Amino acid sequence: MRRGLLAPALLASAALALAGCSSDDDSGDDSSSGSGDSIKIGIKFDQPGLGYKDGDTYTGFDVDVATYVAGKLGYDADKIEWVQAPSANRENMLSGGQVDMIFATYSITDDRKKVVSFAGPYFVAGQDLLVAADDTSITGPEDLEGKNLCSVTGSTSAQRIKDDYASGTQLLEQPGYAECVTALTAGQVDAVTTDDIILAGLAALPANEGKVKVVGNPFSEENYGVGIPKDSDKCEDINTAIQAMVDDGTWQKLLDKNVGASGYKANEKLNPPKPAACA
Amino acid sequence: MQQGYLDDVREAFTGYDVLGAFWVNIQLTIYAGILALVIGTVLALMRISPVPSLRWAGTTYVTLLRNTPLTIIIVGCVLGLWGQLGVTLGDGFQQNFFRLAVLGLAVYHAAFVCEALRSGVNTVPTGQAEAARAIGLNFGQTAGLVVLPQAFRGAVAPLGNVLIALVKNSTVAAAGSVAEASVLMREMIENRPDVILAIFVVFALGFVIIVVPIGLATTSLSRRLAVAR
Amino acid sequence: MSQVLFDAPGPRARRRMVWVNILATVVVVAIGVWVLVKLGEKGQLDADLWTPFLHADAWVDYLLPGLRSTLEAAGISIVTSAIFGLVLGLGRLSRSRTVRAVSGVIVEFFRAVPVLLMMIFFYMGLLQLKIVDASDVPLLAVVLGLTFYNGSVFAELVRSGVHNLPRGQREAALAVGLRRGQSLRSVEVPQALIAMLPAIASQLVVILKDTALGYIITYPDLLNSARLLGTGQGNILQALVVAAAIFIVINYALTRLASFLATRLGSRTAGETRAAPPPMAIDTGKG
Repeated sequence: MRRGLLAPALLASAALALAGCSSDDDSGDDSSSGSGDSIKIGIKFDQPGLGYKDGDTYTGFDVDVATYVAGKLGYDADKIEWVQAPSANRENMLSGGQVDMIFATYSITDDRKKVVSFAGPYFVAGQDLLVAADDTSITGPEDLEGKNLCSVTGSTSAQRIKDDYASGTQLLEQPGYAECVTALTAGQVDAVTTDDIILAGLAALPANEGKVKVVGNPFSEENYGVGIPKDSDKCEDINTAIQAMVDDGTWQKLLDKNVGASGYKANEKLNPPKPAACA
Repeated sequence: MQQGYLDDVREAFTGYDVLGAFWVNIQLTIYAGILALVIGTVLALMRISPVPSLRWAGTTYVTLLRNTPLTIIIVGCVLGLWGQLGVTLGDGFQQNFFRLAVLGLAVYHAAFVCEALRSGVNTVPTGQAEAARAIGLNFGQTAGLVVLPQAFRGAVAPLGNVLIALVKNSTVAAAGSVAEASVLMREMIENRPDVILAIFVVFALGFVIIVVPIGLATTSLSRRLAVAR
Repeated sequence: MSQVLFDAPGPRARRRMVWVNILATVVVVAIGVWVLVKLGEKGQLDADLWTPFLHADAWVDYLLPGLRSTLEAAGISIVTSAIFGLVLGLGRLSRSRTVRAVSGVIVEFFRAVPVLLMMIFFYMGLLQLKIVDASDVPLLAVVLGLTFYNGSVFAELVRSGVHNLPRGQREAALAVGLRRGQSLRSVEVPQALIAMLPAIASQLVVILKDTALGYIITYPDLLNSARLLGTGQGNILQALVVAAAIFIVINYALTRLASFLATRLGSRTAGETRAAPPPMAIDTGKG
């Protein structure tokens, strides 16, 4: 297979050389290794409330937690270089050394642990539902029988609902959750599903204020961890920082500030989590 | 080793309905193709008609639709037409989204059908229309009985091109919540990244198998139907 | 052509036309009003969903960088496609049967495979191979997908461009003592390339529109940047409308450029300049 891809790869590097001529500002550029005291952190750019690129600033719970942790590790806010880390790229970006840490709704799983290491968790999310603000008929996934649901193309969360809770659910698949929310506010679907904190971030947007709410009955457990390279020695320090953040009340403050606007409360049985021991 | 790879590939494909996924693309192509041909013919008639406002409307349609990315049109059908305006085209989500995708594909490709037909009209010599008018036919008769039949024959090759584009563009229906070949390919690669090349080649060859016969057929058809001048 | 299909309308036909126009206008306006009322009911016409696009921020932070990425991907692709197309096009004109056959198979293969499929494949494949930065992968995947498809289209353009030259061009070249290869290089292909220019400009429209497929593989093109803006502001429908409008304006300008080039360059070549790629040319032995 490697051989089969060689020709495209060669062409790719030729195209890359061409790309080098025309562009000079790739924000994800990793060649700035000269400035030894900066740190590159991978986040989502497109999840309001968690990781969102708002012009040239970055906002969200993941961003704020990362800033706090980096601060404890000795990096001031202006020493942080934010890099976009889409879900499919996260492992590669860590093992390829393009980022030092990833805070991007990154669930700790055994499969991923084979390739990368995790510190944390710093938040326990769970799959939940976003519904219209005046909807009282849906309180959990079982209520979706015969209802209409929206999720992102190829996501497993909608399939889980069909398989485990309500097989008679009709599904709309869209490129992103924001598209799902438009269908929800227009009344064409009854619920949107993914991790509760992501839904809360969408519900907290001023444009959606008073229109949608998170049901608050999570039915899965996703431990959001800090992705670090396999050979990293930062795990202990990150865990200490997370513990300190929870203890001094910053964790709660950041959560309320970023995703609390719609009245969302994190699952209190599991939050705030205790960072797991480092491997 | 070689045998091992082939086994992996076979294993990766078990449990997936690849033919079914391609059948969705073919169905999208057939329905959207017919609808696009109808809309495109009407547009072409508008663009050669005596009524200036109709000509203007036809031109505007073609300019707008042809220059918009298909993805936006498909998403617009789902989120705008159905999401906001409440236009429902079928029972149940699956049928509804399928038909909305057909509509989106059809209105987009109709602009190209119109252009193909216009190029066909240009292959009809002026004398044909002049003769038709000289024996007293009006515009409808001239266009419908004399010019368009010849134009269709002259437009077979470009129309075949539109059909081929339509086959390939049916993959964009993924943006409209239709589970077709590209969605399945992506899912399969995510599950079996070790045989990514084999999966891609199978799907790519699937399209080659659909597209090449269309190309051959329209090429020979256009030669057989060409009006000898 | 359309001028000979009908007589200049007389007074009665003109009166009828006026009525038809009024009727058509009423229908169009009625549909428009219905759409606007419906959208209004759903609150999609609220000013605060649209005003963000009047602020400089929306343009400086999202739409212009997105447009830049779109143009960047399209610009690189057009160059690489032209090179790829020239090589394959010359391959299809080669005297060696093997080279002709191999180039032919490559061209037909890549013309038949959906660009979207290629982009997904290159995206996932390059991520796996780890030979380039993960952050460069989306751009590369977009460029590779566009190059293989459009390069094949260009290869057909080169081939049909040379075939469409009058035979006298080659005969004259051979008569003054050039060899076949020299004739191809210094007489036929240059003219075919000039004849191709308008079609290349129209193909740019195709490339520009196809960069929008890159949103599926997280390339920050115009469509994706507009979606990002719409996600943050909660006005994704409005963002899509604005993105569509920008695409239409740019592509319309390119289409006009293509037809301008077609008329302008007609005198520079013995071939036929036209603004559209040639019909599908699966070789059935004509040329």
